[in-house]
Amino acid sequence: MDTFILISITGIGLGALYFLVASGLSLIYGLMGVLNFAHGTFMSVGAYMGLWFSTQVVHTTNTWTFIGALIVGGLGGGLFALIVEQLVITRLYERHIDQALVTVGVALVVGAMLGGWFTNDLRLLPTPTWFINIVKVRGAIIPVDRFLYIGVAALLLVVMLAILKFTRIGLIIRAGVENRHMVTALGINVRLAFSAVFFLGGFAAGVGGVLTAAYQNGVSPLTAGTWLIYGFIVVVVGGMGSIGGSALAAMLIGITKQFANYYIPGLGDFVIVFLLAAVLLTKPQGLLGKVSA
Amino acid sequence: MNALAVKDLHVYIQGSHILQGVNFEVPANQVTALLGRNGVGKSTTLKAIMALYPSTGSVKLFDKELNGVPTHKIARGGVGYVPEDREIFSTLTVKENLSLAAHAEDPNYELIYSLFPELLSRGAQRAGTLSGGQQQMVAIARPLLNKNQILLVDEPTKGLAPKLVAEVADALALVAHESTMLVVEQNLALVKRIAQFIVVMDQGKVIFEGGPENLHDEKFVHSMLGVSGGHK
Repeated sequence: MDTFILISITGIGLGALYFLVASGLSLIYGLMGVLNFAHGTFMSVGAYMGLWFSTQVVHTTNTWTFIGALIVGGLGGGLFALIVEQLVITRLYERHIDQALVTVGVALVVGAMLGGWFTNDLRLLPTPTWFINIVKVRGAIIPVDRFLYIGVAALLLVVMLAILKFTRIGLIIRAGVENRHMVTALGINVRLAFSAVFFLGGFAAGVGGVLTAAYQNGVSPLTAGTWLIYGFIVVVVGGMGSIGGSALAAMLIGITKQFANYYIPGLGDFVIVFLLAAVLLTKPQGLLGKVSA
Repeated sequence: MNALAVKDLHVYIQGSHILQGVNFEVPANQVTALLGRNGVGKSTTLKAIMALYPSTGSVKLFDKELNGVPTHKIARGGVGYVPEDREIFSTLTVKENLSLAAHAEDPNYELIYSLFPELLSRGAQRAGTLSGGQQQMVAIARPLLNKNQILLVDEPTKGLAPKLVAEVADALALVAHESTMLVVEQNLALVKRIAQFIVVMDQGKVIFEGGPENLHDEKFVHSMLGVSGGHK
């Protein structure tokens, strides 16, 4: 029983990190049809901004420093996403193949620049000392940082859902995911919503970048690609444009991967690809996805 | 005075020349019906006016050139649009559908709730769960919240039950008193009731402009629209 609890909670923790990567990807594809391969760089930029804040601005490793790193990382990821959107994506609306190619290019260039500047080695992100603590849940020994990942992802999920549900820009985004051309025909400049979505997605990825740096004990430009692949899988399984779908799929994939790796060591990735294929065959629009006009 | 003047409008979609130099005018404060067989380019014309398709040529709203202006600015400039097949936002509530469309300083909710009282009681209902007729009411109500210089209405009675056709026709007849309207419609009885001017298209071009009295001529209707008079 304790093993089951351990794998479940660590799976949810992993899923929380996948959600942070996937939520922005999902909204950006759902609203704008942009297959954004540069999303991983939003994570990297956020992680390095968090590292810069922790090591250059303040020199302590307490809880407040880490919270500051999360906020700075989120803002860094969000602002970088906004710059990419304004400089690159706005010029290529409706040109989906060009967008995919250009965002691959941005990912390669930014990854190489970060590698040139910081090297590709893992650079340790300072974390509060309580990160190495453990808690016992019904006999299972759980690293305490997993609860932080779950809490931050849950908080961002609630904030994103609240923005989507209760604000004008959220209303425009929800309508735009369904039919962006009709939104413009009602007199709404949908590009403002596009920018808001890029910032929100970049913010979540930036926060995710700081948390994944804590999870994997360091920051490197090489790790974003792996997380991005899982982000795309979560988006496809959850449904394009559905934040709730992304959350559900991220948890499903995180837990499945942990269980698969425990019972069939080394085959976690294979099981996830099998799960992806099963969803595509039975529910091509994803668990909670809708077809965009 | 003309509210809208369309000159030499061309639209290509995936290599096909859909509109081949469309010319017509819409007199101000009147209802103009755009008629023609299926697939002749009527809906494409409305979409091109709204800049939902790229086009060449000229579209003038009073003296202001619309071609080259983005869709949202055309709508803000006073062109209301009711699309074919409603295109309401099915996951939003009725109230959210309406508030999304309202951009006037003082949206005219009074008008739309007097035309369609049902929308008030169904405000919290998801639009996707409404009947076809109710969805059409939402689609017509959206642009009416704002002050329009012209209203473009694409097949408002398509796919509706006869009782609902009458209800939508009544609403359009009332709106026609307030606003210049360009209507694409297959229901000739409705056209005869509300239109003061008709424009007939064939194969991407305008082939006739004149009064709706021509629709009482069986030979005209058969040759121009390919149907016998009355309800197509």
